[in-house]
Amino acid sequence: MAPLDFPSANPVENVSRRFLLKGLIAAGALVVSAPLLSRHAFAYATGADAMPHGTVNNPHVFVSIDPSGEVSIIAHRAEMGPGPRTSLPMIVADEMEADWARCKIVQAPGDEATYGNQDTDGSRSIRHFLQPMRQCGAAARQMLEQAAAKRWGVDASSVKAQNHEVVHAASGRKFGYGELAADAAALPVPPVEALKLKDSKDFRYIGQGKVQIYDLHDITTGKAGYGIDTRLPGMKFAVIARPPVVGGKLVSFDATEALKVPGVEKVIAVQGWPWPSKFQPLGGVAVIARNTGSAIKGRDALKIVWDDGPNKGYDSVEYRKLLEAASRQPGEIGRDQGDIEAALKGAAKVITAEYYLPHLAHASMEPPAAVADVKADKAEIWAPVQSAGGTHEDAAKTLGLPMDKVKVNVTLLGGAFGRKSKCDFALEAALLSKELGVPVQVTWTREDDIRHDFYHTVSAERIEAAVDAKGKVTGWRHRSTAPSILSTFKEGVVREAPLEQGMSLVDVPFDIPNIRCETGEAAAHTRIGWFRSVSNIPHGFAQQCMVAEIAHELGKDPKDFLLEIIGPPRIVDTAKTTKVFWNYGDPIETYPNDAGRLRKVVEIAAEKSGWGKKLPKGRGMGIAAMRLFLTYVATVVEVEVDEKGAISVPRVDVAIDCGFHVNPERILSQFEGASVMALSLAKYGAITFKDGKAEQGNFDDYQVIRIDEAPRVTNVHIVPHPYEVPASGIGEPGLATFPPALLNAVFAATGKRIRSLPIADQLKA
Amino acid sequence: MITLHINGEDRTYDGDPSVPLLWVLRDELGLTGTKFGCGEALCGACTVHMDGDAVRSCGLAAGDAAGHQITTIEGLDPQGDHPVQKAWRELNVPQCGYCQAGQIMQAAALLKEKPHPTEDEIRNVMSGNICRCGCYQRIVAAVHLASTGA
Repeated sequence: MAPLDFPSANPVENVSRRFLLKGLIAAGALVVSAPLLSRHAFAYATGADAMPHGTVNNPHVFVSIDPSGEVSIIAHRAEMGPGPRTSLPMIVADEMEADWARCKIVQAPGDEATYGNQDTDGSRSIRHFLQPMRQCGAAARQMLEQAAAKRWGVDASSVKAQNHEVVHAASGRKFGYGELAADAAALPVPPVEALKLKDSKDFRYIGQGKVQIYDLHDITTGKAGYGIDTRLPGMKFAVIARPPVVGGKLVSFDATEALKVPGVEKVIAVQGWPWPSKFQPLGGVAVIARNTGSAIKGRDALKIVWDDGPNKGYDSVEYRKLLEAASRQPGEIGRDQGDIEAALKGAAKVITAEYYLPHLAHASMEPPAAVADVKADKAEIWAPVQSAGGTHEDAAKTLGLPMDKVKVNVTLLGGAFGRKSKCDFALEAALLSKELGVPVQVTWTREDDIRHDFYHTVSAERIEAAVDAKGKVTGWRHRSTAPSILSTFKEGVVREAPLEQGMSLVDVPFDIPNIRCETGEAAAHTRIGWFRSVSNIPHGFAQQCMVAEIAHELGKDPKDFLLEIIGPPRIVDTAKTTKVFWNYGDPIETYPNDAGRLRKVVEIAAEKSGWGKKLPKGRGMGIAAMRLFLTYVATVVEVEVDEKGAISVPRVDVAIDCGFHVNPERILSQFEGASVMALSLAKYGAITFKDGKAEQGNFDDYQVIRIDEAPRVTNVHIVPHPYEVPASGIGEPGLATFPPALLNAVFAATGKRIRSLPIADQLKA
Repeated sequence: MITLHINGEDRTYDGDPSVPLLWVLRDELGLTGTKFGCGEALCGACTVHMDGDAVRSCGLAAGDAAGHQITTIEGLDPQGDHPVQKAWRELNVPQCGYCQAGQIMQAAALLKEKPHPTEDEIRNVMSGNICRCGCYQRIVAAVHLASTGA
């Protein structure tokens, strides 16, 4: 298969459902093509075609030109901060020589058959759509040029599109894009082989960092529309009381008092699905009112009897013991290289450490919220969803309507971090609107959000390192025990799936002859979901803390030792040495596991941070580096721990290599912000369960970092690459290197090694 | 029935006056620029001005706002060109953008009270406003820029 086959003409057979696809595919199942240089442009294979509905590059789908010259470009991915709603259309505009000031962005509804895959997660927007968007823009440009040439009766090669017009240099004639639009649209779309991409030196916008996010003015003036902001005539406002324990259900309710609350209009039961049921609603009791404030008051007055179901015994203190016990037993092997037993047996020294990381809640500032208007034969939804296409499918199925009778409008997302790739809240709105016959908005309160999340997993990690008499690490056994995301999709999943093991467990790029990675058994008792950086957080925390622990045992500098254990620049052949192989769903030929690039970010972060500089008492520096979602990241954290054990972070340096980069301004902001979010999880982040119920509910007991305790400065250093180094992504990677770098810094500052997150009061004097 | 003075206009609300002002603004009057974040005055997303002071509209009964001048993000400046708004755009502060209306209203109130705050004063006053995306570094810089005349 040629890598540039027109994907919409060759749709991926939808055998595995989208959310299982990534995790269940094993090595070899992906169609892989080696990078190739065509006559006109460098092209490379990505995993895009293995995603539901692949990619589309048709300019008729993405571009329209008004006779006035205004160019409308479709944004088909969701916007939650990293910038794809601006960056992907910007790629089209640059490639078609459109003037950005005369471009308008139109957000696509959920419709993957038309637009290609819309799952805005996994740091895939640029990785999978840079090439199709360039092709789309190039095709539009060439069609405009052909239309102009035809009108002038000259050869197309004698005209040139530049800055929103086509120019015939020989005669000095020109046409604006608006004048050519109708003629150009009537021409056939050139085949991919006939496209000429711009030379990188001619980019106006790509890589320049000068285009501001499209919604900037609206955001600063309160006009930007998030999911929670949709308003329809006659719309009612709802909040829902949901079963407090996952797997529980409604027995009975008494709405007498609730209905006395002023503004409350109705109280009705909401359909729930048995656990696990992917993203279907939990069910419960909905209070419908004239405004959300009244609905909340009404809900407070409900009397409800729940059956807590099979997970009512879930207790985080007890569960931790189970996870840790499992990590001390042999698990299922995901990678087995060399002979780990012999290495450990023959070692001069075995260093063992155990780490623990609790559940986390996403807590995006906009809680889940959606509006639906459902009629007998059609439905329309407005929702801040990461997976517009998935929401489209799930809503149609849930409502029993054909896909073409359901429209999902994608609003801006007020943060998401993986939470809004699950569309349960939109389905709730749809069910309520169907029953009530009027448009309904469902809003989750903060307590709803924190108590009914699809949580980041909880994990016990154990690493044993064999060290020989010369101080060389000869063996590495990493056991990870954590409930899997796939447990939210089907029963019987009791260990991490390939997609989770592929995140910094089995793909560890270390130059160690004997490596074994194992997973222990861990049944889920709540809904587990993707959380930014995902399993890289627990795996990476253990892996990168352990590197610093070994360095300390051996009396070596942690940065030097990190480079030593990564080993010489080389391609780490992960596919050969692992039994479960994922590579984030993309071909290893395009995105190899490159130890040289990992070394490079370590060196840059160390140099920029002034690694090794003399620090005052109470200060320390720590480092960590990983390949995360095919992007290489190294983080150096400088920490200060005062005499009472309070920590502050005066400085962070991050080096990032995401291949060719499109929007450096958004890369900086993503990594600046990730330092803050990562400090939140390291310092405070913990959702704990007692009697099956989450014990936290708002920002008082689920604290996040505020501006007064945020890192004072995060310096982000981007490694530049030409287009020939395939672009990866920047939304997911930011969280995983920071926590181990921070705790390594705390150790350097205090001599105290913290292996269990969050830090909470562990440093209190 | 209560009358609220919002962004220079009189608006009426005939519902329960104990409902927080936030929900009256958003759900009854269509002023959705003011955001819901926590409902407990913990995050600052719902910050508006009451007689020029920053208040959390999720913790203020609508009835208690009657008789006061309320300003929301929509009314901060007719063109959206308050120095804080301009500085926010100049430095590309927002990521998802959701909390930014509350941040901007808090920052505008701070600068009215104290036109040239120190960095520590900025961090102290802005610490009631959570940004989960973590735009704090740029928020500090933008408030500083606004204070020096953006």
